Amino acid sequence: MKVSNTQWKEKLSGKMPENLARELDIYETEIALRKQGKIDERLFAETRLRRGTYGQRYDNGQRYDGTKFQEITYPSGDLTKGPNTMWDAPGMQRIKIPGGGLNADQLETMAELAEEYSDNIAHVTTRQDFQLHYIHIDDTPSLMRRLAAAGITTREACGNSVRNVTACPYAGTCQDEVFDVTPYSHALAKFLLGHPDCQNFGRKFKPAFSGCAQHACGLTNMHDVGFIASTRNENGAQKRGFQMFVGGGLGTVPYMAKLFDSFVPVEEILPLTQAIARVFARLGEKKNRNRARIKFLVHDLGIEKFKELVLEERKTLAPDLRWTDFVKDAEQFVEAPLRQAGEWPSAASEGFQRWLKTNTRAQKQPGYVVVTVALPLGDITANQLRALADIVRRFTKETIRTTIEQNFVIRWVSQNDLPEVYKALEAVGLGDPGAGAIVDIVTCPGTDTCKLGISSSRGLAGELHKRLAEKSYQLDESVQHLHIKISGCFNSCGQHHVADLGFYGVSRKVGGFAVPHFQVVLGGEWEHNAGSYGLPVAAIPSKNIPQVVTRLTERYVADRTHGETFKDFVKRVGKVELKKALEDLAKPPADPSDRSFFSDWGDPREYTLGDMGVGECAGEVVSSIEFDLAAAEREVFEAQVALESGQIEKAGKTAYQSMVHAAKALVKINHQNISDDPGEIVAEFRTRFYDTQKFWDPYAGGKFANYLFDAHQKASQPHTGDSSRYLIDEAQLFIDAAHSCYNKMGTAVGV
Amino acid sequence: MSSPINLQHVNVKLLVKDPESVDLEPLIPVFHSWIRDHVFDELLLDVADYRHVHEGPGVVLIGHQANYSVDNTDNRLGVRYNRKAPLDGTNQDRLTQATRAALTAFQRLEAESGLKGKLRFGGREVEVFINDRLLAPNLAATLEAVKPELQAFLKKLFRDSEYSLSHGADPRGLFAVAVKTSLEFALADLLANLAS
Repeated sequence: MKVSNTQWKEKLSGKMPENLARELDIYETEIALRKQGKIDERLFAETRLRRGTYGQRYDNGQRYDGTKFQEITYPSGDLTKGPNTMWDAPGMQRIKIPGGGLNADQLETMAELAEEYSDNIAHVTTRQDFQLHYIHIDDTPSLMRRLAAAGITTREACGNSVRNVTACPYAGTCQDEVFDVTPYSHALAKFLLGHPDCQNFGRKFKPAFSGCAQHACGLTNMHDVGFIASTRNENGAQKRGFQMFVGGGLGTVPYMAKLFDSFVPVEEILPLTQAIARVFARLGEKKNRNRARIKFLVHDLGIEKFKELVLEERKTLAPDLRWTDFVKDAEQFVEAPLRQAGEWPSAASEGFQRWLKTNTRAQKQPGYVVVTVALPLGDITANQLRALADIVRRFTKETIRTTIEQNFVIRWVSQNDLPEVYKALEAVGLGDPGAGAIVDIVTCPGTDTCKLGISSSRGLAGELHKRLAEKSYQLDESVQHLHIKISGCFNSCGQHHVADLGFYGVSRKVGGFAVPHFQVVLGGEWEHNAGSYGLPVAAIPSKNIPQVVTRLTERYVADRTHGETFKDFVKRVGKVELKKALEDLAKPPADPSDRSFFSDWGDPREYTLGDMGVGECAGEVVSSIEFDLAAAEREVFEAQVALESGQIEKAGKTAYQSMVHAAKALVKINHQNISDDPGEIVAEFRTRFYDTQKFWDPYAGGKFANYLFDAHQKASQPHTGDSSRYLIDEAQLFIDAAHSCYNKMGTAVGV
Repeated sequence: MSSPINLQHVNVKLLVKDPESVDLEPLIPVFHSWIRDHVFDELLLDVADYRHVHEGPGVVLIGHQANYSVDNTDNRLGVRYNRKAPLDGTNQDRLTQATRAALTAFQRLEAESGLKGKLRFGGREVEVFINDRLLAPNLAATLEAVKPELQAFLKKLFRDSEYSLSHGADPRGLFAVAVKTSLEFALADLLANLAS
């Protein structure tokens, strides 16, 4: 779209690394060929995805306006950039930032790109990336060239590839770390980028590094491969290595990573990861993308067998100098401060004191702190990026990183400089306190821009932020440190499973209309690198979620025992009791004329009015289906309660039954006399809903139906703790999908 | 008179009167209704809400050819038209097109009942940006090069009234000029001036 697109290549000639410049020339040619119809749309889609260029909501050429679907007629007509993805539709550009590390020039480049190609906003993601929205694909080669000239690549920011290698943003400064993981994460990122062994995955592959086991900063438990710094004594000397984990991941059903090895010497982390990549590429699922993450492979094989295969593979690798080239430098790696160490500031304003309390963290190097710059919803303007560049130049040696909580940290700030740093940040609206606290809500893009969004996660986050910020100083200290994380759908990009209060978007039908809801997820743990995953307790209308937060936090303050964490509180009080406490909030509004429930936060359009049930057989059948689905939901909750009380077998069986009952609810729509026989229900469900694709999710396809088929096939097998846990998650997702299917049936199928 | 600089991707921002009294939330349904009702010839696509961002783009109506927003960049609240698609014609044509689009949008906003008459044109201040650093870097030399074009355009827009013109100093920013007139203008007058 930009007139200058034809000029950037020449302008930046010699300023980009040669390999990147060449790759981008090829990418530009691929764009031209696609426009001429000489590249298949699927192939082109994967090509652009591997450059981090995504589709965005409404790119299929239609948009719901609150009353009806309208076609969007883009100027390029039928030209597509992927299946069902119109060429001119705005898209999202993801930009990989390994370990979140940036310099001031790169911040300024990001500011320029946000202004010129996007809408003046850069967004920091939960994996330390940047995202720019509303980008035209014709602008992407120029955008990427400008990034390349600043030393940044978008290569493999998406697609079935190795994604951004994340690392603890406090690495090198943290008082609790074993050692600084920064150079090791950089070495792995560099080694895997474009590596031939990483080009044939069935799905993405996400690595993460942490300097310690106890904090959350690396979230290694929820990554495909995770590294936690460790040392051991070898011949009287401290030898560096890593605890290595594999097969973790959130997604629809979260899996906790398994310990691969309790100590992998630093010289082995690259070759072992390479061997893992090769095993994953060879044995990982390719056809069914819903089971293609490495977590399924590790689960199916078992960690011991998986490890055996990897170690065998390791033996076959040809030696590579890059495996160890970095090690000596890594051990010497150290960042330096710009200014002399200082003293903690004394007299100060109330605002400054609050900020000091929540937004600074003492470094292990005396006299220095890490300052957190809290970004509301992860968003920052071009002017703020430039101001941040000025600040990091003035006070540090440009030591700034993005965080997995969608913030920035400025490292190596002398304590002497804190008043001036605060003043400079405050002047550009970046001096808000509350970093890492309850007001610092993490959220994915949700229905704002994501094609998969079901509910408005950003809208809800904005509302919660506003309400909590107003009263944050009155909140009890115990509540201040809770984590709220929100995803717009079941895909967990907002990391709702590892929050104290997690939410993910679902829809429910109320009085014939679809109503945006969020599942309330409790029991997750952010600390200990995502130490445990929460489970859904109840689906609540979006507009009631602020009350859920108030009610649960008030209950926690009132009933907690001394020093009890929220997770422990949830466990002690029990989800049955907490669910009961939310029961009235799950109900539709008492006043049917109150239409506010039928639209989402920040979006006044009536939510999925186009899905309104206008079928011939309203009345009893509708209420019967809703009743049956609600019963299935109760059952899956009972399964959860059984699991938590150690009744593993009962938990697994109840979860399976809840799926069968939800399936039966749908089958009953056109087959009232269906029996209670699970075999018949599953067969009828398959014929009526799976084979006809009525149950299919627009993006996940038949994934949720397959949860039922798998569970039915394995119904007679005994359960383990893991298998019951996965089945509960799958059952909840199946029931959510049954609700969605039922919502759609009003217009799409007719009941 | 023709400038050596190709003025594409022109942004025009019309500053609002009493910005502290303006609530941006009611803009969201207004912009959604503009998409639904196809109020402009341009293709309108989505609404982005950035009210949570300090001195940010506010509420943005995303379009294919252009974005419309009530923008608070630099703590200067204004109705902004951001031309994204290239336009044929002369620099005068492009300045006129962007200004007319901003004026028309503002007029429409002033008439929106949902905004309760709170969003009003200040009458004196207009900002012009070129959203492409390669075409127009934010340098004094750029200002010198485009000044004759700008002056000709502003003469037409303000009908020979006096105005002051200032130029943003940060070379990292977009090329930007802020114009302040001595007389107060109504939106309709400025549209009429452009049409004459």
